[in-house]
Parts: sequence; C-alpha cells; structure tokens
Amino acid sequence: MPRRSSGLPVAATVLALSIGAGLAVGAAMKSAPRRPPDSAPGRTARRSHFGGYQVAGRTVTIDAPRSRIFQMWRDPNRLTDFMEGLAAVQVSGDSVTWVVQSPDGRFPVETRLVEERPDEALAWRSAEGADIQIEAKVQLRDAPAGRGTEVEAHVAWRPQGGIVGHWAAMLRGTDPAIRGKQDLKRLKMLLETGEIATSANRKGDD
Amino acid sequence: MRALTWHGKHDVRVDTVPDPQIVNPRDAIIEVTATAICGSDLHLYDAVIPGLQPGDILGHEFMGRVVETGPKSTLKKGDRVVVPFTISCGACFFCGQGQFSACDNSNPVEKQEASELLYGHAVSGLFGYSHMTGGYPGGQAEYVRVPFSDVGPIVIPDGIPDEQVLFLSDILPTGWMAAENCDIQPGDTVAVWGCGPVGLFAIQSALLMGAHQVIAIDHYPGRLDLARGLGAKVIDYTQTHVLEALMEMTGGIGPDAVIDAVGMESHGFAPDRIMDAVKQKIGVGADNIHALRMALMAVRKGGRVSIPGVYGGMADKFPMGALMEKGLQVRTGQTHVQKYTRELLHRILEGEIDTTFLISHRLSLEDAPTGYRNFHGKQNEWTKVVMTPGAASGPAQGGDHG
Repeated sequence: MPRRSSGLPVAATVLALSIGAGLAVGAAMKSAPRRPPDSAPGRTARRSHFGGYQVAGRTVTIDAPRSRIFQMWRDPNRLTDFMEGLAAVQVSGDSVTWVVQSPDGRFPVETRLVEERPDEALAWRSAEGADIQIEAKVQLRDAPAGRGTEVEAHVAWRPQGGIVGHWAAMLRGTDPAIRGKQDLKRLKMLLETGEIATSANRKGDD
Repeated sequence: MRALTWHGKHDVRVDTVPDPQIVNPRDAIIEVTATAICGSDLHLYDAVIPGLQPGDILGHEFMGRVVETGPKSTLKKGDRVVVPFTISCGACFFCGQGQFSACDNSNPVEKQEASELLYGHAVSGLFGYSHMTGGYPGGQAEYVRVPFSDVGPIVIPDGIPDEQVLFLSDILPTGWMAAENCDIQPGDTVAVWGCGPVGLFAIQSALLMGAHQVIAIDHYPGRLDLARGLGAKVIDYTQTHVLEALMEMTGGIGPDAVIDAVGMESHGFAPDRIMDAVKQKIGVGADNIHALRMALMAVRKGGRVSIPGVYGGMADKFPMGALMEKGLQVRTGQTHVQKYTRELLHRILEGEIDTTFLISHRLSLEDAPTGYRNFHGKQNEWTKVVMTPGAASGPAQGGDHG
C-alpha cells in the first residue's frame, strides 16, 4: 500500500481547477464556436474523470425537514443505519473515522469534518497523509412546494495504487455512484417510513 | 409451510418452505384463506419475465387472517384482510398523490437497479412478481409476510365469503381503474380488447360508470358469453372485421374510449434484450401488439386510450401517427389498488358489484400446478382459478358457469 503524502486541501484545489479546466478543454474540443455552459451539475458532464479524481453524486428528495436529515448525518450512531458496509463511525472533535467493513476485514478511513453549516451542509475530507484521498459533501435544500428536502451527496476520490484495491473491496465491486445512491434511498426509506424495505421472509435472510 | 414455487418455464411445484417471520416493524403475517392465479402469473409461468429465481413463491391475489403483527402494524390478530398486490409505504410523495403503484419506498434499494435501467425509474414492490419488483414472496402459500400492513390490507367484516372480496386484491380495482381512465361521458361507447378477468371487470365497471354501450372483443366463445352476460355487445374477431364493425356500431364515429386488456408477452431485463426478444418473437408478439394497434386505430378522434394490459419492454411499429394526429389521450399503469379498495368493498357490500361469476375452478393449493397448466392451456373454460391452502388435494370444483 503506497502512502500518499500530498496535502488534501491542495488536492481539493487541484480537483476544482481540473474540473473547470477539463470542462473548458472538453467544450473547446467538442465544437467551435465554444458552447456556453449549461445549468446541469458539473458531475453530470459527459466525462468520468475530473483530473485524477473520480466523482459520483446523487440527489434524492426526502419528505422530512432539513433539521431532521441534518441530525441523521451528524449522528455517528445513525450513519450505520443506512450506509451499507459501514461498521462504525468514531468522532473525536473534527476527526471522523469511518470504519468500513470489507470482505478483507474492517479498515478505517480517517477524515476531518471540514464544513458544517447546520441544516445546510456537511463535508468531510481525508486526513493528511491518509491512504485514501477522498472528499465527500452533503447539501440540504428545501424542495419546492413543501415536498420536503433535496438531499445532494457527492464524493470525489483518487483511485490510485493500492487504494483501488481497498476502495473496490469497500464497494464490493459496485459502482460508487450506485452505492451512494442506494445509501441515500435507504436514508429516505428510514425517514419516510421508519424502516428499510426488504423482501427477506425471515430475520437475517438476504 | 406449503407454497407454490417457480422453478422454470412451465415448471411450478408445491414445496415445503420456511414459514415467514415479522422482519420490519410495520409487517404482519397473514394466514392465507383464499388465493388466485392471475393472468399476469402466466407471464411468469411462460418465463418471459426475467428476474425470477428458482424457488420464488408466486401469487399476488390473496386474502386471509392476521396471525402475527409487528409493533407498528395497525392490524389485530384475527382480522380478516384482503391484501393489495401493490406494496406501498403510504408516506412518500407518490402514495400521497394516490399513486400507490409508484411508491418510492417499497422496492428494496438493491432490487431497484433493473427497473431504473429499463424504465428510468424504480417501480414499487409487488408480491410474487420477480425480483425487478422487489422479489417479495407471494400469496400462493399458507402464510405471507405483508410489509406496510398499516397501509395496504383492507379489513373485511365477518360473514362475507372470501370469494366475494378476494378480487379486491388486484383484478377488480384493475378493471375499475381501466374504466376510470376512460373518463366516461354520457353517450360514450367503450371498446374493450380482451375478455379475461381484467377485461370483464373493466366492462362491468364501464357500465356502472354510465357508458352508453360497451363492446367486447375476443375469440374465446366462453369468455365472450361472460361479457355478454355483463351487458356488453361482443365481437368475435375470428368472424368479424373489428375496425369496420366498431365504426358501424358507433354511427361512423368510432369508440369514444378503448381499453387494451390484452397486454403483451414481451419483457426483458435490459433494453437490448427486449428488442431482441420482440424481434425474435415477432409471430407471437405481433398478435398482442396487434390488439393495441387496433385499439389506437379504432378509437375516435380526440378519444381516450386506457391500457391496463401488462407491458414490460418496448414495442415495434407502434402507431405513433394515429396517437398524435387524432389527438388521443393515453392513461395506463399498474393499479393504485389502495386508492380503490374502500369504495369497491362498499359497492360489493351494497350488492352493486358481484365478482364471483368469474370463478370457473376451485382447487386445493396442493393442486396449483394443475391450475396453472389449465389456466394457461384451456382459456375458454378456465377463466379464473381460486385455491385454498390446507384443503385436501382433489379434482377441480366447477364454478357458476362450469
């Protein structure tokens, strides 16, 4: 497992710049004259790499107030209720360690809480010197006409070296975009219905 | 418990399987007292719906008695209930709109991927209808785990025989919604393709909603007789030019509304496979596509098209021009069963609606494979099969019209 030592604030800046630059280059290559940017979120661009990063994200509307959803994301004991393959979350000040259950056993992903705006946004970024370079953000917006809250989650990570193996194990071969989407849907089920749907006919069945 | 399980094309068996348990807080366990085979179960029997796994328990038209309740269930032990085939949470945006079959929260998340790929969105969970709709064990069994039991099941007063209310689970509301989707106005003619259970209940419903006349189209004499018995005029397409006849029977205008209660046996797991399946089966599929095409050609300008028939994939040679140039309105969808059960139970109790005329054969659950074989192969005589778990195996008991 190679250790990466680049500072993540730097990485995030690089990420932001590279997304912008990549889009500009992509747009310039597509056609001339250059197309003006559209209204869609950047991650829905017709490209899968943003610099050296992979980006995945999804928005789900949940019929619950922002405050209730924010509390779920802020409470380490609730995160494991809807995030598949997450064994535990340990919080100590700004430090948040996500203990991931993989087929190879448990391993920690160490992050720092880098943004917290109550009832609006939370963001985590991997700790300096961590094996896995990752940044994740959750944003909450009121949905129109009293339809609840639009919950947008996205994650950017750098799939390199041995990290790929770890990450792939963590995701059990599932596309991270699908995985994140499924976690958001579980959160929606939990908040809207009080339970997570299963077709298991007996406790403990799959 | 004993349950009817699927093992492959035309291979269903009654096996002994583990009893269900309460898994989620809103669950209830139902001891099944009556369960039916639906026309759409034949799609599974023919193995044209992928996403079934050997050992899956089929069945989505069932009722019974509550034997166990989760802490959040509102049912009581001993309640007699009919269970809608659509599993709906009652709390999401769609349930709030009465669009129960579009429920966001009843299809387990890991099972939603297939329908997102195929349809753009995940459909709701259904009992006993493949893993694309959740992989929920079905009701052709002695016991069923019923999720969201505080929303779906409707409690039936004692003293009403099972057979009078069993079809509240699917085909009666499905026929009713098909007619409602016709937005029937005074003087309207409604033409119905297909006189299976859904078509027959759509005929009955359209007449109750005030249609001037209902014209039923099929080729099984037995089924056309049932339609005639409900008050419909009938067309046997093997002896009559349907489009010409419909124009002549509507003063040269055409039916104001049409109902496709036939559906199409072409389903698939991924878009490319569906296209292949349709193209490979063009001889088989064409008849079924033919019914919808005929309906679109027959309906008058500005008319309404209601499609309760089950479609799962894509269709070739869809008459888009007729749809646009005649300004047609199309309404379709899996039935929002929970929206209709109370009103329809009331109409049954008031004697306005009888559903028992449909039942042609009564069997023990132990003889379910015989039921499937005959419902599939002898459609003229076997119009509806109702099965009783726990009953001794034996020859089928005839219905009201044998």
